Amino acid sequence: MAEKGRNTGEGYVLLAPALVVMGLALAAPLLLMAVTSLKDQSGIGFARGWTLDQYALVLGRASYRLLFARSVLISAVVTLVTVALAYPLAYFVAFHARHKFIWLVALTIPFWTSYLLRVFAWKIILGYGGVINSGLMRLHLIDQPLSFLLYNPFAVVVTLAHAWAAFAILPIYVSLEKIDRSLLEAASDLGDGALRRFARITLPLSLPGVIGAAILIFVPTTGDFVTPELVGGTQGTMIANIIEAQFNGVGNWPLGAALSLVSMAMVAVIAGLFVAAARAAARAAR
Amino acid sequence: MKNRGLLFYAFAYLAFLYVPVLVLPVFSFNDSEFIAFPLSGFTTRWYAGLAADSAMQHALGNSLKVGMVTALLATLLGLTAAKAVTRYRLRGAGAALGFISLPLFIPDIVLGLSLLLLLGAARLPLSLAAVVLGHLLVCVPFALTVLIARFEGFDKALEEASADLGEDGWMTFWRVTFPLMLPGIAASLLLTFITSFDEFLVAYFLSGTEATLPVYIWGQLRFPERLPMVLALGALILTGSVALVVLAEYVRNLGVRKPMVGA
Repeated sequence: MAEKGRNTGEGYVLLAPALVVMGLALAAPLLLMAVTSLKDQSGIGFARGWTLDQYALVLGRASYRLLFARSVLISAVVTLVTVALAYPLAYFVAFHARHKFIWLVALTIPFWTSYLLRVFAWKIILGYGGVINSGLMRLHLIDQPLSFLLYNPFAVVVTLAHAWAAFAILPIYVSLEKIDRSLLEAASDLGDGALRRFARITLPLSLPGVIGAAILIFVPTTGDFVTPELVGGTQGTMIANIIEAQFNGVGNWPLGAALSLVSMAMVAVIAGLFVAAARAAARAAR
Repeated sequence: MKNRGLLFYAFAYLAFLYVPVLVLPVFSFNDSEFIAFPLSGFTTRWYAGLAADSAMQHALGNSLKVGMVTALLATLLGLTAAKAVTRYRLRGAGAALGFISLPLFIPDIVLGLSLLLLLGAARLPLSLAAVVLGHLLVCVPFALTVLIARFEGFDKALEEASADLGEDGWMTFWRVTFPLMLPGIAASLLLTFITSFDEFLVAYFLSGTEATLPVYIWGQLRFPERLPMVLALGALILTGSVALVVLAEYVRNLGVRKPMVGA
């Protein structure tokens, strides 16, 4: 019985390496980012002294506000669409599929290829001379290629809903799978119809999976760079594209740092509010 | 009736998931630079082009190196941390777990850029080592989740019995804990390797002149005449990943059938 509270020192030694690495690679860089955001770019270096100018710019300029709003809106729509599309599927696999394991494997295989190429595939499919347009023209269903398919927020939503599907399917499936089947039988025995039973038992009990899926999708898609860059066009530009431009092209690191921190804080606040609201709703439903 | 509707929906969804992915292999054998219908004959010249592309192979080598080092380190860090939080009653364990899981809630672009700032401040060059550090951020939370689940999945009494029978901590680890943890370790290695191998944004900022495979692919996307080759590469990555997953599943089943190994 060497363990169980007696040798807590040993426990801390085991925990230390991970904490040191994460401190070095996460805490220190984020601190540095906060410091950088309080500077002014001057040539290839930073000006002396401290300033809140970057934050004034980030929060004050209408074009940045539009960009933040658009990123959040696109991500919210992606989250909603992805979860709504995945739910019936997860429900089917959990309750009605005969070969659950085969379904789960079949649903995850598309995610084992490069994220970059999955996104790029949509550019090929939706493009002006792409798969859909050339196919429809070949079938003489259209005379001119459809130009509204690519380079807009719609293309970003479709692409992200595809790229992140597994992150909705799996958590929702797990929460549905965990539901005690006798609860469903009890509801039926006590006279609930299929719809009422779903609304009163299945849906509330699967909410943790839905909330988890929503967070897993909303947080990373708000900061996604590849998809808006490849299929978004000017109307589909998101916050990450502007941040990247500050570090690559235009070259204003302090502004890029401030944009990064503000978007991070914004995502955290929205995700936190969402979880709190969803929990309150779940409690009210019970 | 309802079930048939759901089944139909499930197949429609499957089609939505597969069609974009199948674009890769289909057009990688298409004998035209233009990725459009109608298909214009079968060719393997794009694959031959890949075989002759030394820059791609160099990037592939870099990605394999980064992926393997990241997977080993992330799993090792995850293993020690998971043992610490599941086998000891530590004050602040929850906070430590929360801190280690934090990168899951931070966009990749912020992780990559903040590391870029750190390298700049420390006057360190961009390198594959920097990419590994960035990938550890993304991968350690995954490894930790998988390994904690495995630690909680087996009976602590087995370790205690080993200690009571006179094994020291190290021998207990090798003869009891490690064999029981093996499926979790394999899952963690696989998950972190694939995550690192596929990661683009962090590597894009930190790799400098040593491109990883996704960074190389990103560079190729600008040249329309190179696209069929990129698709061929995508088809190969898909095949390789599926083979790896099938292999992992096979190994995992081996572990399940012989639960008493080493005990």
